[in-house]
Amino acid sequence: MAATPAQRYTLIDGRGPAYIGLLAVLGALVLIGLACAYTMEHNGHVITGMSNQVVWGTPHVFAVFLIVAASGALNVASIASVFGRRHYKPLTRLSGLLAIALLVGGLSVLVLDLGRPDRLIVAMTYYNFKSIFAWNIFLYVGFMVVVAVYLWMMFERRMNRFSKPAGLVAFLWRLILTTGTGSIFGFLVARQAYDAAIMAPMFIIMSFAFGLAIFLLVLMSTGRPLGKQLLGRLANLLGVFVASVLYFSLVFHLTNLYATQHHGVERFILLDGGIYTVAFWVGHIIVGGLFPLLLLYVTPRRSPALIALAAILVILGGLAQVYVIIIGGQVYPLDLFPGREVSSSFFDGVVANYTPSLPELGLGVGGFALALAVVAVAVRVLPFLPEDLSDHAVDPNHVPEPAPRAVEAGDTSAA
Amino acid sequence: MSVSRRRFLAAGATAAGAAALAPGLRLVDLATARSPEEAASSLNRWGLLIDADKCADGCRACVDACHTENGVSGHDRPETDPQWIRTVSVSDPQTGHSQQLPVMCQHCEEPPCVDVCPTGASFRRDDGIVLVDKHICIGCRYCMMACPYKARSFIHEQVTDQKPDMPRGKGTVESCTLCVHRVDRGDTQTACAEACAKEGHRAILFGDLNDADSEISRELKAHGGIQLRADLHLNTGVRYRGLS
Repeated sequence: MAATPAQRYTLIDGRGPAYIGLLAVLGALVLIGLACAYTMEHNGHVITGMSNQVVWGTPHVFAVFLIVAASGALNVASIASVFGRRHYKPLTRLSGLLAIALLVGGLSVLVLDLGRPDRLIVAMTYYNFKSIFAWNIFLYVGFMVVVAVYLWMMFERRMNRFSKPAGLVAFLWRLILTTGTGSIFGFLVARQAYDAAIMAPMFIIMSFAFGLAIFLLVLMSTGRPLGKQLLGRLANLLGVFVASVLYFSLVFHLTNLYATQHHGVERFILLDGGIYTVAFWVGHIIVGGLFPLLLLYVTPRRSPALIALAAILVILGGLAQVYVIIIGGQVYPLDLFPGREVSSSFFDGVVANYTPSLPELGLGVGGFALALAVVAVAVRVLPFLPEDLSDHAVDPNHVPEPAPRAVEAGDTSAA
Repeated sequence: MSVSRRRFLAAGATAAGAAALAPGLRLVDLATARSPEEAASSLNRWGLLIDADKCADGCRACVDACHTENGVSGHDRPETDPQWIRTVSVSDPQTGHSQQLPVMCQHCEEPPCVDVCPTGASFRRDDGIVLVDKHICIGCRYCMMACPYKARSFIHEQVTDQKPDMPRGKGTVESCTLCVHRVDRGDTQTACAEACAKEGHRAILFGDLNDADSEISRELKAHGGIQLRADLHLNTGVRYRGLS
């Protein structure tokens, strides 16, 4: 069997107007995000949609989505390094880069939404080790270090032989990291919408789908020749992940539906929760689940454009899913007196109001833009991208799909 | 304020050590005032007993007194204004029976807010009072997500007219302190309990749950009291009676 051909990794050409324009747009969005954060900090969170009822808002939706997607973006590298699938090998550098970039974007949003972002140093020096947030500070910073080392092993020829163990460490680290992110919610015993061990593995499978969707879009936008089979493999994988997310969501809600004490919150999310019910069914299930599956598996000709559309839908549906989990879970009132009806001046017993405000959206989108800007700059200054990702460049044993006419002619030469 | 709290904690550890080394030593009368240098002691467990039967419908004396005492004022924005204590109307959909009672930080022995706080800003004193150290609170609001009682408020905008005893700051989280400044002064009443008594209801009783001779302990022993969300096993310092 022939060895994987040595890939030539090159910088992208950053002189064209498209690249400059992209950087300008991303830079502007980052600046808008910073301005939003400053406005929130200056005036207080009163200018946002957040309140004492909904304490985590749209910034957290973006932050959690990006952090979850970050760990998922590393998957492509893990498949190559840990599971030895050489077809994915040329994609490992981009996969590691995207993982770091998305995490930087997500963490920036999270930190800039703090009531006191100026006290970041306090968060780095005072630790309560029973807090999952405190664990996450180590997990997130550690992830960046581990993936950076992994990238170095891949870039430096002398270190190449260590890339497999480094990849394994990064893979295990990302599993723990996403477990930590899911557990932020899973461990909240007081809230009906959370308090479930399944949230940790559900977040892991969500990360697979969201991370791969973003990876696919970034890869397709680099302009490198992209093999049909390679793209097809990634698209198949995305479909499997999307179906798995639907499965986990199904089990999560079925389990809740079985327990009478959770009927209230389930009825709210699934049936009469207004915008949250719409976000769940239309956003998460249809746009983010069923429609991409249709595009990826059922359409007769799966063109790159359809695959890109499926990836975009997975991202939109994912944002809707995280929105339902974070915001929907909070607007539903706490069950302070189980079995009783309650009311108060502090909105006990009623569904809370929440409307995303412009500063929140600006901050969240700014985080997204920051992640993409990091990628855009990095591929310009370091050779993250293989020159050629066409099928025969990725796999010397590649056999082009026989065209119908060729089949008739009996031209089916084996590898 | 945080300096004295830190001193409290440090001295608390010393006191615990001393108590372990000298068992049987008769400690000072617990009800007397402590000097600022003296630690909060686990020999005390401060708490409240709230009698829902005595809480008068529509009365807000405890709420007003608390917010005046601690300088907690709003901006007529109910969704973001802080509320350290609120009256909750509770009714049984089956029987139609309805009553009102005040809810505030329940000063849990196992506080979920303290568990989740990444920096340790949420903390529980040895004497059972759960507080926020405003100097190391980063405003992440995870404690508000974790609290089963919705007891905490985030300061959404600039605060003015702060009380010297109760520093507050935009971007941090706060809640009932069980009038810790009064406890440390040696007072025997919280602002809410005092106001309720002044109205003649006596629905709120403050005292030391660890002192068998205190009125609150005697009342609880004689007539019992329940915890809100007792299923969570948090062993709250605030107990309720008359909730039916």
